Amino acid sequence: MSKPKVAVFSFACCEGCGLQILNCEDELLDLVGAVDLVRWREAMSETTDEFDIAFCEGSVLQEKEKERLQWVRGQAKVLVALGACATTGGLNMIRNFRPLAEAQEYVYGEKAQALAKKGFPWDATPQVLPLDRVVKVDHYIHGCPIRREEFLAVTLALLQGRAPSIPDYPVCVECKLAENVCVFDKGMTCLGPVTRAGCKAWCPSYGSACDGCRGLIPNPNVNAEKDLLAERGLTVEDILRQFRLYCGYSEASGAAPAAAGNQPPAGGTPPAGQKR
Amino acid sequence: MPKSANITVDHITRVEGHGSILVNIRNGKLERCEFEVIEGPRFFESLMRGRKWEEAQTITSRICGICAVAHSSTSLRATEDAFGVGLSPQTLRLRKLILYGEQIQSHWLHTFFLALPDYLGAPSVLPLASSHPDVVKMALRMKKLGNYIGEVVGGRHVHPISLLVGGFSVVPTEKQLGEVKRMLVEMRRDVDTAVDLFAGIRWPDFQRETEYLSLRDPAEYAFYEGDLVSSDGGSVPPRGYRKMVHEKVVEHSTAKHVYCQRESYMVGALARFNNNYDQLHPKAKQAAEKLGLAHPSHNPFHINPAQVVEGVHCHERCIELIDELLEAGVRFEPTEVTVKAGSGVGMCEAPRGLLIHEYTYGEDGKVTDCNCIIPTGQNYANLEADMRALVPQMLDRPEADITLTLEMLVRSYDPCISCSTHLVRVEFL
Repeated sequence: MSKPKVAVFSFACCEGCGLQILNCEDELLDLVGAVDLVRWREAMSETTDEFDIAFCEGSVLQEKEKERLQWVRGQAKVLVALGACATTGGLNMIRNFRPLAEAQEYVYGEKAQALAKKGFPWDATPQVLPLDRVVKVDHYIHGCPIRREEFLAVTLALLQGRAPSIPDYPVCVECKLAENVCVFDKGMTCLGPVTRAGCKAWCPSYGSACDGCRGLIPNPNVNAEKDLLAERGLTVEDILRQFRLYCGYSEASGAAPAAAGNQPPAGGTPPAGQKR
Repeated sequence: MPKSANITVDHITRVEGHGSILVNIRNGKLERCEFEVIEGPRFFESLMRGRKWEEAQTITSRICGICAVAHSSTSLRATEDAFGVGLSPQTLRLRKLILYGEQIQSHWLHTFFLALPDYLGAPSVLPLASSHPDVVKMALRMKKLGNYIGEVVGGRHVHPISLLVGGFSVVPTEKQLGEVKRMLVEMRRDVDTAVDLFAGIRWPDFQRETEYLSLRDPAEYAFYEGDLVSSDGGSVPPRGYRKMVHEKVVEHSTAKHVYCQRESYMVGALARFNNNYDQLHPKAKQAAEKLGLAHPSHNPFHINPAQVVEGVHCHERCIELIDELLEAGVRFEPTEVTVKAGSGVGMCEAPRGLLIHEYTYGEDGKVTDCNCIIPTGQNYANLEADMRALVPQMLDRPEADITLTLEMLVRSYDPCISCSTHLVRVEFL
């Protein structure tokens, strides 16, 4: 049986999730023994247009990149969204809550309009998009950044021809297992109750709160969470801001029209057969 | 002799982020010579507006995966400057420890995995895993330790969790620090081997003197704090950075260039080496000598051995910092922050060079303004000036050779392009 050809692609992101793959120092040599790593711009000059499994990190925020992603989808048998920017848009999505022109002018100054007149290739999509708003995604590895163990577990599952096992339960479960003092009991607020586990409650275990970087669980009790936050003194504006750090994708206003066949999750419920 | 050539390297490999080399030579003359950044802008400075002070580090850390700690450190210092928050000696040591750990992780990643393959005639580290397995295993070990320091101090290296304004949400145990020290001491052998390996590499011989900007700290070789200094003279504290870092629109181009006293300047390992050589740890100076790295050097390909020298330096500094932490004893220190309106500037040395975050806060502790000046963005003008000087020297070589040398030049700069999309290039018109 021949080894699957694996490629890694980056879209708009910090490339931290790709780096996490390189950070599997103990397993890297085994990994490149088990698969044929054929294309990865950051790490290799070797390249090819033929690959079986494509790991894609980053969001789509330029029209050219939409085309590039569609090309990758066309070439790959399996497409895995790697990391929050790819799975849910990550914090790139915060941009969607302000007019694009405002962001352009703020960052590039009054030159922004002059640049636009000169045909400056903003090429910007109207909204920042997670990958599955553009193409069908087969598997999701969540998190900002991803956990190395989860990446290895998912890769192993793919090599063994079985579906990866990604939790549908909230971070609270893993926090309890880790015997952490609940973040709320420490006087802070936390999105753990509605956020997908799989990170081993990484942030609460290091004294911080859960920011929701892995996206919402299916059927999250968002209203109860918002009540909880309001009870702790957060205003509506605060609550929206907290959710929009990583979960802006779940709001109708924060999400672009979905690609054909992929409906945007209503209230956070993914369509049957597709996990976000 | 190629009278005319079009050299296009789309999405150059073995660098962080997406950039392309575009060179046109016609009748022996250089018509066009650019490094084009095509990375999609994420508009971080705009994302930050209206966010709370507690989130600034969380958000700006995501500017970059490799230099997440540098962004985090710089961000925290900017907020601390704005609010007037002081740091305890323990916090300062832990901040330096994790930042030096990042230099270690980044420099070994870059020198071994991204740069070295070219010098061994390989397209990537993958074939080297077969031809030079011990080297690759050693490189992985060394990189891993840099990451492990990040885990112990910050919860993880990529986007650290426990770094807060004013301190830490959790601190490492003395046992953990002792373990890290033991690993660092044991790894000195590998560091020596790495120096010997890179001492055998022939770097392309190309000189172009430029201005070198970096931090300078009277207390030590600066990464975490200091004043901004130039090799051409001049020094400003962080809040005065605009006196030395100038942005201008270049007439024939829609890109912003950054300059100080010359048309361009360089930041990064070579700039720091040139400016602060005297403060290097003795072992690092010995390494520089072994590497044949003259001081100062005006060869941009020497950014690579300069990173090796800094790898040695940071390795020793980490051991010293842990000794100091263990001697004083490590304890959890709750942070206390009083929010007030105002601006603050944080300046640190990321692995790739000088990094500046400037924030303005309202009374409610929300960000009203944010400006980030990224090392790689500061290097683009200098990189292009190097390309313009280098290409004419290579006209008698085959096109493939010119292309590879240009790629190696770009890789020497160790660009972090995703970080830098504040400055986006377009074609010359």
